[in-house]
Amino acid sequence: MLPAARWIAARIGRAVLVVWLVATIVFFALRSSGDPLEAILGGPGSQAGPDAVAAARETYGLDAPLAWQYLVQLWRIATLQLGDSYARRQPVEELIAAQLPGTLLLAVLALALAWVLAVAGATIAASSRGRAGRAVNAVIGGTEIVSTVMPQFWLGAVLILVFASTMRWLPATSQPGDTAGLVLPVITLAVPIAGFLAQVSRDALTEADAAPFALTSRARGAGETRVFLRHTLRHAALPALALSGWAFGNLLSGAVVVEVLFARPGLGRLLQEGALARDVPLVIGVVTVVAVLYVAVIIVSDALELAVDPRLRRAKRQSLAVPETAVGS
Amino acid sequence: MSAVTAARPSAGRWTALGAGGTVALAFVVVLAAAVAVPWLLAPVSPLAVSPADGFAPPSPAHPFGADESGRDVLVRIVHGARSSVGIGLAATALGAGLGLVIGFASGLGPRWLDSALGRVIEVLFALPTLVLALLLVAVLGSGTGPSVLAIGLATAPGYARILRSRVRTVARGDYVAYARLEGVGRARVLLRHIVPNTLWPLVATATLGIGQAVVWVAALSFLGLGQEPPSPEWGAMLGAGRVYISTAWWMTVFPGLAIVSTATALTVLGRRLSGATA
Repeated sequence: MLPAARWIAARIGRAVLVVWLVATIVFFALRSSGDPLEAILGGPGSQAGPDAVAAARETYGLDAPLAWQYLVQLWRIATLQLGDSYARRQPVEELIAAQLPGTLLLAVLALALAWVLAVAGATIAASSRGRAGRAVNAVIGGTEIVSTVMPQFWLGAVLILVFASTMRWLPATSQPGDTAGLVLPVITLAVPIAGFLAQVSRDALTEADAAPFALTSRARGAGETRVFLRHTLRHAALPALALSGWAFGNLLSGAVVVEVLFARPGLGRLLQEGALARDVPLVIGVVTVVAVLYVAVIIVSDALELAVDPRLRRAKRQSLAVPETAVGS
Repeated sequence: MSAVTAARPSAGRWTALGAGGTVALAFVVVLAAAVAVPWLLAPVSPLAVSPADGFAPPSPAHPFGADESGRDVLVRIVHGARSSVGIGLAATALGAGLGLVIGFASGLGPRWLDSALGRVIEVLFALPTLVLALLLVAVLGSGTGPSVLAIGLATAPGYARILRSRVRTVARGDYVAYARLEGVGRARVLLRHIVPNTLWPLVATATLGIGQAVVWVAALSFLGLGQEPPSPEWGAMLGAGRVYISTAWWMTVFPGLAIVSTATALTVLGRRLSGATA
């Protein structure tokens, strides 16, 4: 087999293992929490009679042994049948399929904006030198820290206050198909990630700028712009690329908040509503889909990294890249 | 990299806090006072309603304005520190504690245990923090206890990952090898060398981790899955104030500022402790 094909096969095998483990953990975590029948029959305190309980138990297959239910659950995930939502009485896979494109659009646009902001910030910081440069660096460093801890539910609310309520330039809510409504959610989602990406890009840029290859290039008479574009910028992109998987996780965490804040339909809001209603199949479905998306993003970003940086091809298995100052995503 | 090279700062290193670090430390001291003795800073009940002051804008009487029931927003922020920061602190203690156990077991235990735990960490990283927290809330229900558990368990893999690599680096260090050669016992090597050199980076990470936990705890309340609105928790205040954002901006802006300032101050301090620049 070609090395590339073998690499892809190995990665997909590992990805399937991760998704299987996620599905297993989720299944047993939810089952250990109590009887899902309560949620099916209208939440805590519902006055369902014994007949209704027995009927629901049979309809949802909850009368079978736990091990059998677990196998049924795995089979359903493998065949993309995620069962009916308790609260909405609709197939979970249909609910998710309807909301997925909107959330992915939001995430991709936010990631693109975060990259632009991060590279711009790192470039400005790296190209400012001397006394003024130190001041610029301090301001950019401070902005990065504040961005990384900025709660999106607050940043978004302030943006709504300024640009929707006061200036009336942009809508305060975001509906699918409405381009103007995407602006504020995308900015809200991008800012914290831009802060993290800028931190790593700035460090990498400073390091690459002092590296022998940059010095050699300068010694041969290359201008600063050429050195920057041909040499240092590429090195600044690498650590940020390695963080793509982590950034994607952060985007999905953020999507929950942003979709609720901007009343935008999407995967995140589906999860929040599922958690509020303790709608077990819906929550399992969304969490499983998130895990699948995550491993897919990791495979693509690892492949891109190998394509960009041949040195990595000889290295042994890399560990997951996470920003030094983040304890979660 | 700086986390690896971090050394325990001596007492004289406090001067190395810098201007930003000093401001951050001062803020954290005020915050600690609000958590410990809120009644001393704001001797008014955060739940006392006064309909006459409903939606009062910021003024000398109400520096941060008043909410829909005329409750003073500043008083509520001071009293809310105990739930917001307290829950964040408890969640960080849980997450860092679990991370400590997993990290040490993985870093010092047999190879099969390391690879099994490594796989579990990898799996948990496939679930974004808030997604994992919402899953746990769906299992456990909402409230204070579930918030602590959800954020604690959701951040545990992050701490475990950091500690595992730190423990492995330290355990392979020259001084550990020398100690072994001199015949020092395993338990003594662990306590005298490995634990002290691992705990300081953990303290630094947990300091900035508290800031991030406060943000996630507030996010849960904002999503309606943490503290309920009458409680003065910052995220719940913000979530309740959002409805009135176009008429009473102070109900949203000030609780949010409290969260941002807390998280920023703790992040700056955590980075100073770990010896990182900027």
